[in-house]
Amino acid sequence: MPLPADTDVSIPKYLRDKYAIVGIGETTYTRGSNMTTRALGTWALRNAAADAGIKTSDIDGMLSYSNNDSTSATFMAGDIGARLNFYMDCIGGGSSTEALIGIAIGVMEAGLCNCVALFRAMNGFSQVRIGGTGARSAVPINGDMLHNRAYGWQSAGQMFSPSFMRYMYQHGTTPEQVAMVKVVHSEHASNNPKAYYKKRYTVDDVLSSRMICKPLHLLDCCVETDNATAIIITRADRARDMRHTPALIRGIVGRCNKPRMDMHYQTGPIERVAAYYAKDILWPNAGVGPEDIDATGAYDAFTFTSMLQLEDYGFCKKGEGGEYVSSGITRLGGRRPNNTSGGHLCEGYTHGMNMVIENVRQLRHDIDDSCPMGPDGKRQHTYDYREGGCRQVKDIEVTANLGWASPGTTSGMVMRRG
Amino acid sequence: MAIQGNYMGMSLTIDDLDTENLTYFRHCADHAFHLQKCDDCRLLRYPPTTGCPWCASPNATWTAVEGKGEVHSYEEVHQAIQPAFKGHTPYMVLVVDLDTQKGQPSADEALRVVGNLTTPDGVLASPDLVRQVGIGTRVKMVFVDVTDGLSLPQWTIDTGAPQPVKPWRYPLE
Repeated sequence: MPLPADTDVSIPKYLRDKYAIVGIGETTYTRGSNMTTRALGTWALRNAAADAGIKTSDIDGMLSYSNNDSTSATFMAGDIGARLNFYMDCIGGGSSTEALIGIAIGVMEAGLCNCVALFRAMNGFSQVRIGGTGARSAVPINGDMLHNRAYGWQSAGQMFSPSFMRYMYQHGTTPEQVAMVKVVHSEHASNNPKAYYKKRYTVDDVLSSRMICKPLHLLDCCVETDNATAIIITRADRARDMRHTPALIRGIVGRCNKPRMDMHYQTGPIERVAAYYAKDILWPNAGVGPEDIDATGAYDAFTFTSMLQLEDYGFCKKGEGGEYVSSGITRLGGRRPNNTSGGHLCEGYTHGMNMVIENVRQLRHDIDDSCPMGPDGKRQHTYDYREGGCRQVKDIEVTANLGWASPGTTSGMVMRRG
Repeated sequence: MAIQGNYMGMSLTIDDLDTENLTYFRHCADHAFHLQKCDDCRLLRYPPTTGCPWCASPNATWTAVEGKGEVHSYEEVHQAIQPAFKGHTPYMVLVVDLDTQKGQPSADEALRVVGNLTTPDGVLASPDLVRQVGIGTRVKMVFVDVTDGLSLPQWTIDTGAPQPVKPWRYPLE
Protein backbone atom coordinates (compact mmCIF):
# COMPACT_ATOMS: atom_id res chain seq x y z
CA MET A 1 0.00 0.00 0.00
CA PRO A 2 1.21 3.52 -0.65
CA LEU A 3 2.30 5.48 2.37
CA PRO A 4 3.35 9.10 2.64
CA ALA A 5 7.00 9.83 2.06
CA ASP A 6 9.17 9.14 5.09
CA THR A 7 9.81 12.57 6.40
CA ASP A 8 11.78 12.06 9.45
CA VAL A 9 11.97 10.14 12.36
CA SER A 10 13.17 9.19 15.62
CA ILE A 11 13.63 5.47 15.22
CA PRO A 12 15.82 3.77 12.66
CA LYS A 13 13.63 3.29 9.62
CA TYR A 14 14.72 -0.31 9.31
CA LEU A 15 12.52 -1.21 12.29
CA ARG A 16 9.36 -0.08 10.54
CA ASP A 17 7.39 -3.09 9.32
CA LYS A 18 10.23 -5.38 10.39
CA TYR A 19 8.12 -7.10 13.07
CA ALA A 20 4.53 -8.27 12.93
CA ILE A 21 1.72 -9.62 15.03
CA VAL A 22 1.18 -13.10 13.61
CA GLY A 23 -1.04 -14.75 16.19
CA ILE A 24 -3.93 -13.64 18.39
CA GLY A 25 -5.82 -15.59 21.02
CA GLU A 26 -8.72 -14.95 23.33
CA THR A 27 -10.78 -16.82 25.87
CA THR A 28 -14.47 -16.05 26.22
CA TYR A 29 -15.28 -12.67 27.77
CA THR A 30 -17.32 -13.69 30.77
CA ARG A 31 -18.21 -13.16 34.40
CA GLY A 32 -17.44 -16.19 36.48
CA SER A 33 -14.78 -18.02 34.51
CA ASN A 34 -14.59 -20.77 37.15
CA MET A 35 -10.91 -21.19 36.42
CA THR A 36 -7.60 -19.72 37.51
CA THR A 37 -5.81 -16.94 35.66
CA ARG A 38 -3.23 -19.63 34.88
CA ALA A 39 -5.85 -21.71 33.08
CA LEU A 40 -7.24 -18.63 31.31
CA GLY A 41 -3.76 -17.54 30.22
CA THR A 42 -2.74 -20.89 28.80
CA TRP A 43 -6.06 -21.10 26.95
CA ALA A 44 -5.43 -17.74 25.25
CA LEU A 45 -1.79 -18.65 24.51
CA ARG A 46 -2.78 -21.95 22.89
CA ASN A 47 -5.36 -20.12 20.79
CA ALA A 48 -2.77 -17.55 19.71
CA ALA A 49 -0.30 -20.23 18.63
CA ALA A 50 -2.98 -22.12 16.72
CA ASP A 51 -4.04 -18.86 15.07
CA ALA A 52 -0.46 -18.21 13.99
CA GLY A 53 -0.08 -21.78 12.77
CA ILE A 54 2.89 -22.51 15.03
CA LYS A 55 3.49 -24.94 17.88
CA THR A 56 3.35 -23.42 21.36
CA SER A 57 6.89 -24.73 21.81
CA ASP A 58 7.98 -22.35 19.02
CA ILE A 59 7.40 -19.50 21.47
CA ASP A 60 10.75 -18.62 23.07
CA GLY A 61 9.98 -15.25 24.64
CA MET A 62 7.17 -14.20 26.95
CA LEU A 63 5.93 -10.90 28.35
CA SER A 64 2.99 -10.23 30.60
CA TYR A 65 1.50 -7.46 32.68
CA SER A 66 -0.70 -7.46 35.72
CA ASN A 67 -1.43 -5.69 38.96
CA ASN A 68 -0.64 -8.74 41.08
CA ASP A 69 -3.88 -10.22 39.84
CA SER A 70 -2.52 -12.79 37.41
CA THR A 71 -0.14 -15.72 36.95
CA SER A 72 3.42 -15.13 35.79
CA ALA A 73 5.15 -16.38 32.65
CA THR A 74 7.10 -18.88 34.73
CA PHE A 75 3.95 -20.99 35.08
CA MET A 76 2.42 -20.26 31.68
CA ALA A 77 5.55 -21.36 29.83
CA GLY A 78 5.56 -24.83 31.32
CA ASP A 79 1.84 -25.20 30.72
CA ILE A 80 2.33 -24.67 27.00
CA GLY A 81 5.49 -26.76 26.78
CA ALA A 82 7.77 -23.84 25.94
CA ARG A 83 11.40 -23.40 27.02
CA LEU A 84 11.93 -19.65 27.06
CA ASN A 85 15.04 -17.73 26.09
CA PHE A 86 13.57 -14.55 27.54
CA TYR A 87 10.66 -13.54 29.76
CA MET A 88 9.54 -10.65 31.90
CA ASP A 89 6.42 -10.01 33.95
CA CYS A 90 5.61 -6.33 34.39
CA ILE A 91 3.36 -4.33 36.66
CA GLY A 92 0.75 -2.41 34.75
CA GLY A 93 -2.73 -2.22 33.31
CA GLY A 94 -3.82 0.00 30.46
CA SER A 95 -1.05 1.22 28.13
CA SER A 96 0.97 -1.97 28.75
CA THR A 97 0.09 -3.82 25.54
CA GLU A 98 1.64 -1.39 23.06
CA ALA A 99 4.61 -0.66 25.33
CA LEU A 100 5.39 -4.37 25.75
CA ILE A 101 5.17 -4.92 22.00
CA GLY A 102 7.89 -2.29 21.78
CA ILE A 103 9.92 -4.24 24.31
CA ALA A 104 9.30 -7.46 22.38
CA ILE A 105 10.73 -5.84 19.25
CA GLY A 106 13.70 -4.60 21.25
CA VAL A 107 14.61 -7.96 22.72
CA MET A 108 14.24 -9.73 19.38
CA GLU A 109 16.34 -7.04 17.72
CA ALA A 110 18.94 -7.54 20.44
CA GLY A 111 19.04 -11.24 19.63
CA LEU A 112 17.61 -12.50 22.90
CA CYS A 113 14.82 -14.55 21.34
CA ASN A 114 12.84 -15.04 18.13
CA CYS A 115 9.16 -15.32 18.88
CA VAL A 116 7.48 -13.48 21.74
CA ALA A 117 4.08 -14.20 23.23
CA LEU A 118 2.45 -11.44 25.24
CA PHE A 119 -0.49 -12.27 27.50
CA ARG A 120 -2.90 -10.68 29.96
CA ALA A 121 -4.97 -13.03 32.12
CA MET A 122 -7.41 -11.76 34.71
CA ASN A 123 -10.55 -12.61 36.63
CA GLY A 124 -11.47 -8.94 36.65
CA PHE A 125 -14.99 -9.61 37.82
CA SER A 126 -14.92 -12.73 39.95
CA GLN A 127 -11.53 -12.32 41.69
CA VAL A 128 -9.71 -9.00 41.70
CA ARG A 129 -11.91 -6.08 40.69
CA ILE A 130 -10.35 -2.82 39.59
CA GLY A 131 -10.80 -0.01 42.07
CA GLY A 132 -9.87 -1.86 45.22
CA THR A 133 -13.34 -2.81 46.36
CA GLY A 134 -14.28 -5.40 48.96
CA ALA A 135 -11.55 -6.82 51.16
CA ARG A 136 -8.94 -4.77 49.37
CA SER A 137 -10.53 -1.55 50.62
CA ALA A 138 -9.33 -2.48 54.09
CA VAL A 139 -5.60 -2.38 53.34
CA PRO A 140 -3.56 0.07 55.46
CA ILE A 141 -3.12 3.42 53.76
CA ASN A 142 0.42 4.76 53.79
CA GLY A 143 2.96 6.68 51.72
CA ASP A 144 1.52 8.31 48.62
CA MET A 145 -1.91 6.83 49.32
CA LEU A 146 -2.27 9.27 52.23
CA HIS A 147 -2.78 11.96 49.60
CA ASN A 148 -5.48 10.13 47.66
CA ARG A 149 -7.16 7.11 49.25
CA ALA A 150 -7.60 8.93 52.54
CA TYR A 151 -9.97 11.23 50.67
CA GLY A 152 -12.02 8.39 49.18
CA TRP A 153 -10.14 9.06 45.95
CA GLN A 154 -8.82 5.72 44.71
CA SER A 155 -10.59 3.96 41.83
CA ALA A 156 -9.69 4.74 38.24
CA GLY A 157 -12.87 6.73 37.66
CA GLN A 158 -12.33 8.69 40.85
CA MET A 159 -8.69 9.40 40.02
CA PHE A 160 -9.43 10.58 36.45
CA SER A 161 -12.63 12.56 36.93
CA PRO A 162 -11.06 15.93 37.78
CA SER A 163 -9.49 15.87 34.30
CA PHE A 164 -12.82 15.00 32.69
CA MET A 165 -14.72 17.69 34.56
CA ARG A 166 -12.18 20.38 33.81
CA TYR A 167 -12.24 19.37 30.13
CA MET A 168 -16.00 19.93 29.97
CA TYR A 169 -15.62 23.26 31.75
CA GLN A 170 -12.87 24.38 29.41
CA HIS A 171 -14.40 23.32 26.11
CA GLY A 172 -18.16 23.30 26.67
CA THR A 173 -18.38 19.63 25.80
CA THR A 174 -21.83 18.25 26.58
CA PRO A 175 -22.70 15.02 28.40
CA GLU A 176 -24.71 14.04 25.32
CA GLN A 177 -21.62 14.27 23.10
CA VAL A 178 -19.55 12.17 25.48
CA ALA A 179 -22.33 9.58 25.78
CA MET A 180 -22.04 9.01 22.03
CA VAL A 181 -18.81 7.10 22.68
CA LYS A 182 -20.82 4.43 24.49
CA VAL A 183 -23.60 4.55 21.91
CA VAL A 184 -21.20 3.96 19.03
CA HIS A 185 -19.19 1.26 20.77
CA SER A 186 -22.42 -0.53 21.72
CA GLU A 187 -23.47 -0.52 18.07
CA HIS A 188 -20.17 -2.16 17.22
CA ALA A 189 -20.55 -4.69 20.04
CA SER A 190 -23.97 -5.69 18.74
CA ASN A 191 -22.12 -7.04 15.69
CA ASN A 192 -19.59 -8.89 17.84
CA PRO A 193 -20.87 -12.32 18.87
CA LYS A 194 -18.26 -12.62 21.61
CA ALA A 195 -18.94 -9.24 23.26
CA TYR A 196 -20.09 -9.41 26.88
CA TYR A 197 -22.69 -6.66 26.28
CA LYS A 198 -24.26 -6.83 22.83
CA LYS A 199 -27.15 -4.48 23.51
CA ARG A 200 -27.31 -1.18 21.64
CA TYR A 201 -27.62 1.81 23.95
CA THR A 202 -28.94 5.33 23.34
CA VAL A 203 -27.70 8.66 24.67
CA ASP A 204 -30.68 8.66 27.03
CA ASP A 205 -29.75 5.21 28.33
CA VAL A 206 -26.30 6.51 29.21
CA LEU A 207 -27.46 9.73 30.83
CA SER A 208 -30.23 8.06 32.80
CA SER A 209 -27.99 5.32 34.16
CA ARG A 210 -27.03 5.89 37.79
CA MET A 211 -24.26 8.29 38.65
CA ILE A 212 -21.06 6.58 39.82
CA CYS A 213 -18.67 9.50 40.12
CA LYS A 214 -19.87 12.71 38.49
CA PRO A 215 -19.31 13.18 35.53
CA LEU A 216 -19.33 9.37 35.07
CA HIS A 217 -22.61 7.50 34.83
CA LEU A 218 -22.61 3.72 35.07
CA LEU A 219 -22.69 3.44 31.27
CA ASP A 220 -19.74 5.82 30.90
CA CYS A 221 -17.66 3.12 32.63
CA CYS A 222 -16.20 -0.06 31.14
CA VAL A 223 -17.38 -3.55 31.89
CA GLU A 224 -15.53 -5.85 34.33
CA THR A 225 -14.97 -9.33 32.98
CA ASP A 226 -12.96 -12.55 33.43
CA ASN A 227 -10.79 -13.33 30.42
CA ALA A 228 -7.34 -13.71 28.92
CA THR A 229 -5.84 -12.48 25.67
CA ALA A 230 -2.54 -13.23 23.96
CA ILE A 231 -0.64 -12.08 20.92
CA ILE A 232 2.43 -13.47 19.18
CA ILE A 233 5.06 -11.22 17.64
CA THR A 234 7.91 -12.22 15.39
CA ARG A 235 9.97 -10.92 12.47
CA ALA A 236 7.95 -10.08 9.39
CA ASP A 237 10.07 -12.32 7.16
CA ARG A 238 9.09 -15.30 9.32
CA ALA A 239 5.49 -14.11 9.33
CA ARG A 240 5.17 -14.83 5.63
CA ASP A 241 5.08 -18.56 6.39
CA MET A 242 2.29 -18.30 8.91
CA ARG A 243 -1.45 -18.73 8.61
CA HIS A 244 -2.67 -15.18 8.28
CA THR A 245 -1.79 -11.91 6.63
CA PRO A 246 0.59 -10.31 9.15
CA ALA A 247 -0.20 -7.05 10.93
CA LEU A 248 3.04 -5.16 10.43
CA ILE A 249 4.13 -2.93 13.27
CA ARG A 250 4.88 0.53 11.89
CA GLY A 251 5.71 2.44 15.03
CA ILE A 252 5.16 2.58 18.75
CA VAL A 253 5.21 4.99 21.64
CA GLY A 254 5.36 3.29 25.01
CA ARG A 255 4.19 4.54 28.40
CA CYS A 256 4.82 8.15 27.53
CA ASN A 257 3.99 10.55 30.35
CA LYS A 258 3.01 14.00 31.40
CA PRO A 259 5.41 15.55 33.91
CA ARG A 260 4.93 14.62 37.58
CA MET A 261 3.74 11.05 37.19
CA ASP A 262 3.43 10.97 40.97
CA MET A 263 0.63 13.54 40.69
CA HIS A 264 0.08 14.83 37.20
CA TYR A 265 -2.49 17.40 38.32
CA GLN A 266 0.45 19.58 39.39
CA THR A 267 1.47 20.45 35.85
CA GLY A 268 0.07 21.87 32.67
CA PRO A 269 -3.59 22.12 31.79
CA ILE A 270 -5.08 19.18 33.68
CA GLU A 271 -7.43 18.37 30.81
CA ARG A 272 -4.40 17.73 28.62
CA VAL A 273 -3.51 14.03 28.50
CA ALA A 274 -0.20 12.29 27.87
CA ALA A 275 -1.11 11.82 24.20
CA TYR A 276 -0.08 15.46 23.81
CA TYR A 277 3.52 14.30 24.26
CA ALA A 278 3.13 10.82 22.75
CA LYS A 279 1.90 12.05 19.38
CA ASP A 280 5.31 13.54 18.66
CA ILE A 281 6.86 10.10 19.04
CA LEU A 282 4.17 7.87 17.55
CA TRP A 283 3.56 9.62 14.24
CA PRO A 284 7.22 10.21 13.32
CA ASN A 285 8.07 6.65 14.34
CA ALA A 286 5.29 5.29 12.15
CA GLY A 287 5.87 7.71 9.27
CA VAL A 288 2.15 8.38 9.05
CA GLY A 289 -0.24 10.83 10.64
CA PRO A 290 -3.78 10.73 11.97
CA GLU A 291 -5.20 11.41 8.51
CA ASP A 292 -3.70 8.14 7.24
CA ILE A 293 -5.43 5.98 9.86
CA ASP A 294 -8.44 3.91 8.80
CA ALA A 295 -9.55 2.75 12.27
CA THR A 296 -8.60 3.54 15.83
CA GLY A 297 -8.59 1.60 19.07
CA ALA A 298 -8.71 4.42 21.60
CA TYR A 299 -8.76 2.96 25.10
CA ASP A 300 -12.24 3.23 26.53
CA ALA A 301 -11.91 2.57 30.22
CA PHE A 302 -14.44 5.39 30.21
CA THR A 303 -16.23 7.25 27.43
CA PHE A 304 -14.02 10.25 28.19
CA THR A 305 -10.74 8.37 27.77
CA SER A 306 -11.42 7.53 24.13
CA MET A 307 -12.37 11.13 23.42
CA LEU A 308 -9.43 12.79 25.16
CA GLN A 309 -6.91 10.52 23.51
CA LEU A 310 -8.33 10.90 20.01
CA GLU A 311 -8.08 14.63 20.51
CA ASP A 312 -4.57 14.85 21.94
CA TYR A 313 -3.17 12.34 19.42
CA GLY A 314 -4.38 14.84 16.82
CA PHE A 315 -7.46 13.27 15.22
CA CYS A 316 -9.27 16.55 15.79
CA LYS A 317 -8.47 20.04 17.02
CA LYS A 318 -8.09 20.80 20.71
CA GLY A 319 -11.50 21.16 22.29
CA GLU A 320 -13.34 19.43 19.44
CA GLY A 321 -13.26 15.91 20.90
CA GLY A 322 -16.96 16.04 21.71
CA GLU A 323 -17.83 16.85 18.11
CA TYR A 324 -15.44 14.21 16.80
CA VAL A 325 -16.93 11.34 18.82
CA SER A 326 -20.53 12.38 18.10
CA SER A 327 -20.14 13.17 14.39
CA GLY A 328 -20.38 9.65 13.01
CA ILE A 329 -16.68 9.53 12.11
CA THR A 330 -16.03 6.89 14.78
CA ARG A 331 -18.92 4.65 13.76
CA LEU A 332 -18.66 1.60 11.48
CA GLY A 333 -19.25 3.02 8.02
CA GLY A 334 -17.79 6.35 9.14
CA ARG A 335 -14.45 7.75 8.07
CA ARG A 336 -12.48 6.25 10.96
CA PRO A 337 -14.32 3.77 13.19
CA ASN A 338 -13.14 3.48 16.78
CA ASN A 339 -13.13 0.26 18.81
CA THR A 340 -15.02 -1.85 16.30
CA SER A 341 -15.25 -4.72 18.82
CA GLY A 342 -17.18 -2.59 21.28
CA GLY A 343 -14.02 -2.13 23.31
CA HIS A 344 -13.81 -2.12 27.06
CA LEU A 345 -17.18 -0.43 27.31
CA CYS A 346 -18.93 -3.47 25.80
CA GLU A 347 -16.77 -6.37 24.63
CA GLY A 348 -14.74 -7.05 27.77
CA TYR A 349 -11.81 -5.81 29.77
CA THR A 350 -8.26 -7.03 29.31
CA HIS A 351 -6.44 -3.75 29.75
CA GLY A 352 -6.08 -2.88 26.07
CA MET A 353 -4.97 -6.14 24.50
CA ASN A 354 -8.38 -7.01 23.07
CA MET A 355 -8.35 -3.70 21.16
CA VAL A 356 -5.05 -4.61 19.54
CA ILE A 357 -6.45 -8.05 18.68
CA GLU A 358 -9.47 -6.41 17.07
CA ASN A 359 -7.29 -4.25 14.85
CA VAL A 360 -5.14 -7.23 13.85
CA ARG A 361 -8.31 -9.00 12.67
CA GLN A 362 -9.46 -5.85 10.88
CA LEU A 363 -6.14 -5.67 9.01
CA ARG A 364 -6.48 -9.33 8.00
CA HIS A 365 -9.92 -8.41 6.58
CA ASP A 366 -11.15 -11.34 8.65
CA ILE A 367 -13.25 -9.96 11.49
CA ASP A 368 -15.17 -12.61 13.47
CA ASP A 369 -18.69 -11.27 13.00
CA SER A 370 -21.83 -13.09 11.85
CA CYS A 371 -21.26 -12.74 8.12
CA PRO A 372 -21.56 -16.01 6.19
CA MET A 373 -18.54 -18.23 5.61
CA GLY A 374 -17.40 -18.53 2.02
CA PRO A 375 -16.12 -21.68 0.31
CA ASP A 376 -12.53 -20.65 1.12
CA GLY A 377 -13.29 -20.73 4.85
CA LYS A 378 -13.20 -16.93 5.09
CA ARG A 379 -16.16 -14.78 5.95
CA GLN A 380 -17.91 -13.04 3.07
CA HIS A 381 -18.29 -9.59 4.58
CA THR A 382 -21.43 -7.67 3.66
CA TYR A 383 -20.42 -4.26 5.08
CA ASP A 384 -24.00 -3.96 6.27
CA TYR A 385 -23.47 -2.58 9.75
CA ARG A 386 -27.01 -2.91 11.05
CA GLU A 387 -27.53 -4.68 14.37
CA GLY A 388 -26.27 -8.25 14.30
CA GLY A 389 -24.50 -7.64 11.00
CA CYS A 390 -21.02 -7.00 9.70
CA ARG A 391 -18.25 -5.18 11.53
CA GLN A 392 -15.42 -5.49 9.02
CA VAL A 393 -14.07 -2.09 7.93
CA LYS A 394 -13.88 -2.05 4.13
CA ASP A 395 -10.42 -1.98 2.53
CA ILE A 396 -8.73 -1.14 5.82
CA GLU A 397 -4.96 -0.75 5.58
CA VAL A 398 -3.66 1.18 8.62
CA THR A 399 -4.79 1.24 12.26
CA ALA A 400 -3.79 3.05 15.43
CA ASN A 401 -4.14 1.79 18.99
CA LEU A 402 -4.11 4.44 21.68
CA GLY A 403 -3.56 2.97 25.14
CA TRP A 404 -4.34 4.69 28.43
CA ALA A 405 -3.14 4.12 31.97
CA SER A 406 -4.24 7.51 33.31
CA PRO A 407 -4.49 11.08 32.05
CA GLY A 408 -0.75 11.12 32.70
CA THR A 409 0.34 7.96 30.83
CA THR A 410 -0.31 6.56 27.35
CA SER A 411 1.07 4.13 24.79
CA GLY A 412 0.30 4.01 21.09
CA MET A 413 0.92 1.75 18.12
CA VAL A 414 0.39 1.96 14.37
CA MET A 415 -0.03 -1.26 12.39
CA ARG A 416 -0.57 -1.84 8.70
CA ARG A 417 -1.78 -4.72 6.61
CA GLY A 418 1.15 -6.86 5.44
CA MET B 1 8.50 6.73 65.03
CA ALA B 2 5.78 5.30 62.84
CA ILE B 3 2.37 6.87 63.20
CA GLN B 4 -0.91 5.03 62.91
CA GLY B 5 -4.43 6.34 63.19
CA ASN B 6 -7.94 5.53 62.09
CA TYR B 7 -10.01 7.82 59.92
CA MET B 8 -13.34 6.97 58.32
CA GLY B 9 -12.76 3.28 58.94
CA MET B 10 -9.37 3.38 57.24
CA SER B 11 -6.04 2.65 58.89
CA LEU B 12 -3.70 5.54 58.03
CA THR B 13 -0.03 4.88 58.68
CA ILE B 14 3.18 6.79 58.14
CA ASP B 15 6.26 4.61 58.16
CA ASP B 16 9.40 5.44 60.21
CA LEU B 17 11.49 6.12 57.15
CA ASP B 18 8.91 8.27 55.38
CA THR B 19 10.38 11.52 56.66
CA GLU B 20 8.65 13.72 54.08
CA ASN B 21 5.17 12.53 55.02
CA LEU B 22 6.00 12.53 58.75
CA THR B 23 6.94 16.21 58.49
CA TYR B 24 4.05 17.16 56.22
CA PHE B 25 1.43 15.62 58.50
CA ARG B 26 3.12 16.87 61.69
CA HIS B 27 2.67 20.42 60.42
CA CYS B 28 -0.93 19.59 59.58
CA ALA B 29 -1.35 18.28 63.14
CA ASP B 30 -0.23 21.76 64.29
CA HIS B 31 -2.93 23.13 61.97
CA ALA B 32 -0.26 24.99 60.00
CA PHE B 33 -0.03 23.95 56.37
CA HIS B 34 3.57 23.62 55.20
CA LEU B 35 5.07 22.59 51.87
CA GLN B 36 8.64 21.98 50.78
CA LYS B 37 10.27 24.99 49.16
CA CYS B 38 13.25 24.22 46.96
CA ASP B 39 16.45 25.81 48.26
CA ASP B 40 17.69 26.25 44.70
CA CYS B 41 14.81 27.26 42.40
CA ARG B 42 12.63 28.55 45.28
CA LEU B 43 9.49 26.84 43.99
CA LEU B 44 7.06 25.10 46.33
CA ARG B 45 5.72 21.66 45.54
CA TYR B 46 2.85 19.36 46.50
CA PRO B 47 2.49 16.63 47.65
CA PRO B 48 5.74 15.94 49.55
CA THR B 49 8.56 14.59 47.40
CA THR B 50 12.21 13.68 47.88
CA GLY B 51 13.58 15.86 45.07
CA CYS B 52 12.41 19.05 43.41
CA PRO B 53 10.24 18.19 40.38
CA TRP B 54 11.11 21.54 38.80
CA CYS B 55 14.91 21.53 39.11
CA ALA B 56 15.88 18.17 40.66
CA SER B 57 17.53 19.71 43.72
CA PRO B 58 17.48 17.43 46.77
CA ASN B 59 17.50 20.41 49.14
CA ALA B 60 14.30 21.98 50.43
CA THR B 61 12.96 23.83 53.44
CA TRP B 62 9.49 23.33 54.93
CA THR B 63 7.67 26.63 54.53
CA ALA B 64 4.31 27.85 55.84
CA VAL B 65 1.77 28.26 53.05
CA GLU B 66 -1.64 29.91 53.33
CA GLY B 67 -4.42 27.36 52.92
CA LYS B 68 -6.60 29.41 50.60
CA GLY B 69 -7.52 28.94 47.01
CA GLU B 70 -10.07 28.29 44.30
CA VAL B 71 -11.63 25.07 43.05
CA HIS B 72 -9.84 24.13 39.82
CA SER B 73 -11.83 20.95 39.29
CA TYR B 74 -14.02 18.58 41.24
CA GLU B 75 -15.88 15.31 41.19
CA GLU B 76 -18.84 13.99 43.14
CA VAL B 77 -18.58 10.41 44.28
CA HIS B 78 -22.00 8.81 44.32
CA GLN B 79 -20.81 5.23 44.71
CA ALA B 80 -18.25 5.04 47.49
CA ILE B 81 -15.70 2.26 47.74
CA GLN B 82 -14.51 2.74 51.31
CA PRO B 83 -17.39 1.52 53.50
CA ALA B 84 -17.34 4.52 55.86
CA PHE B 85 -17.81 6.94 52.98
CA LYS B 86 -21.03 5.24 51.88
CA GLY B 87 -23.07 7.13 54.45
CA HIS B 88 -21.80 10.46 53.10
CA THR B 89 -22.54 10.19 49.37
CA PRO B 90 -22.37 12.15 47.26
CA TYR B 91 -19.08 13.38 48.64
CA MET B 92 -16.86 15.76 46.80
CA VAL B 93 -13.18 15.51 45.89
CA LEU B 94 -11.75 18.94 45.12
CA VAL B 95 -8.59 19.85 43.25
CA VAL B 96 -7.82 23.33 44.55
CA ASP B 97 -5.44 25.89 43.07
CA LEU B 98 -3.67 27.54 46.00
CA ASP B 99 -3.37 31.33 45.71
CA THR B 100 0.27 30.94 46.63
CA GLN B 101 2.37 30.30 43.52
CA LYS B 102 -0.65 30.23 41.18
CA GLY B 103 0.52 30.62 37.57
CA GLN B 104 4.05 29.48 38.36
CA PRO B 105 6.30 28.18 36.96
CA SER B 106 4.05 28.55 33.89
CA ALA B 107 0.59 30.04 33.41
CA ASP B 108 -0.96 26.55 33.37
CA GLU B 109 0.43 25.54 36.73
CA ALA B 110 -0.56 25.91 40.35
CA LEU B 111 -0.09 24.03 43.59
CA ARG B 112 -3.18 21.86 43.25
CA VAL B 113 -4.06 20.50 46.67
CA VAL B 114 -6.57 17.68 46.91
CA GLY B 115 -9.18 17.30 49.63
CA ASN B 116 -12.83 16.70 50.29
CA LEU B 117 -15.41 19.40 50.69
CA THR B 118 -16.18 19.48 54.41
CA THR B 119 -18.03 21.60 56.93
CA PRO B 120 -15.87 24.13 58.82
CA ASP B 121 -15.28 21.46 61.46
CA GLY B 122 -14.07 18.89 58.96
CA VAL B 123 -17.10 16.64 58.48
CA LEU B 124 -17.80 15.53 54.89
CA ALA B 125 -20.24 18.03 53.39
CA SER B 126 -23.96 17.32 53.11
CA PRO B 127 -25.58 17.00 49.67
CA ASP B 128 -26.97 20.54 50.06
CA LEU B 129 -23.51 21.97 50.60
CA VAL B 130 -22.07 19.90 47.75
CA ARG B 131 -24.55 21.46 45.32
CA GLN B 132 -23.27 24.94 46.13
CA VAL B 133 -19.71 24.25 45.08
CA GLY B 134 -18.14 24.07 41.63
CA ILE B 135 -15.20 25.29 39.61
CA GLY B 136 -14.37 28.79 40.81
CA THR B 137 -15.62 28.41 44.39
CA ARG B 138 -13.27 30.00 46.94
CA VAL B 139 -12.26 27.58 49.68
CA LYS B 140 -10.04 27.57 52.75
CA MET B 141 -8.24 24.76 54.47
CA VAL B 142 -9.37 23.08 57.67
CA PHE B 143 -7.69 20.20 59.47
CA VAL B 144 -9.19 16.94 60.65
CA ASP B 145 -7.26 15.48 63.57
CA VAL B 146 -6.66 11.76 63.14
CA THR B 147 -4.05 11.01 65.78
CA ASP B 148 -0.98 12.64 67.35
CA GLY B 149 1.19 13.84 64.50
CA LEU B 150 -1.40 13.20 61.80
CA SER B 151 -4.15 15.55 60.70
CA LEU B 152 -5.66 15.62 57.24
CA PRO B 153 -6.00 18.89 55.35
CA GLN B 154 -9.53 19.37 54.01
CA TRP B 155 -11.42 22.15 52.25
CA THR B 156 -14.41 24.19 53.31
CA ILE B 157 -16.24 27.07 51.66
CA ASP B 158 -14.43 30.34 52.42
CA THR B 159 -17.38 32.38 53.64
CA GLY B 160 -15.14 35.41 54.11
CA ALA B 161 -14.12 35.55 50.45
CA PRO B 162 -16.06 36.95 47.49
CA GLN B 163 -17.67 34.00 45.72
CA PRO B 164 -18.60 33.62 42.05
CA VAL B 165 -22.30 34.20 41.45
CA LYS B 166 -22.59 30.75 39.96
CA PRO B 167 -19.62 28.42 40.18
CA TRP B 168 -19.38 26.09 37.17
CA ARG B 169 -21.02 22.74 37.70
CA TYR B 170 -21.69 19.67 35.58
CA PRO B 171 -24.43 20.64 33.09
CA LEU B 172 -27.15 18.03 33.75
CA GLU B 173 -28.57 18.88 37.16
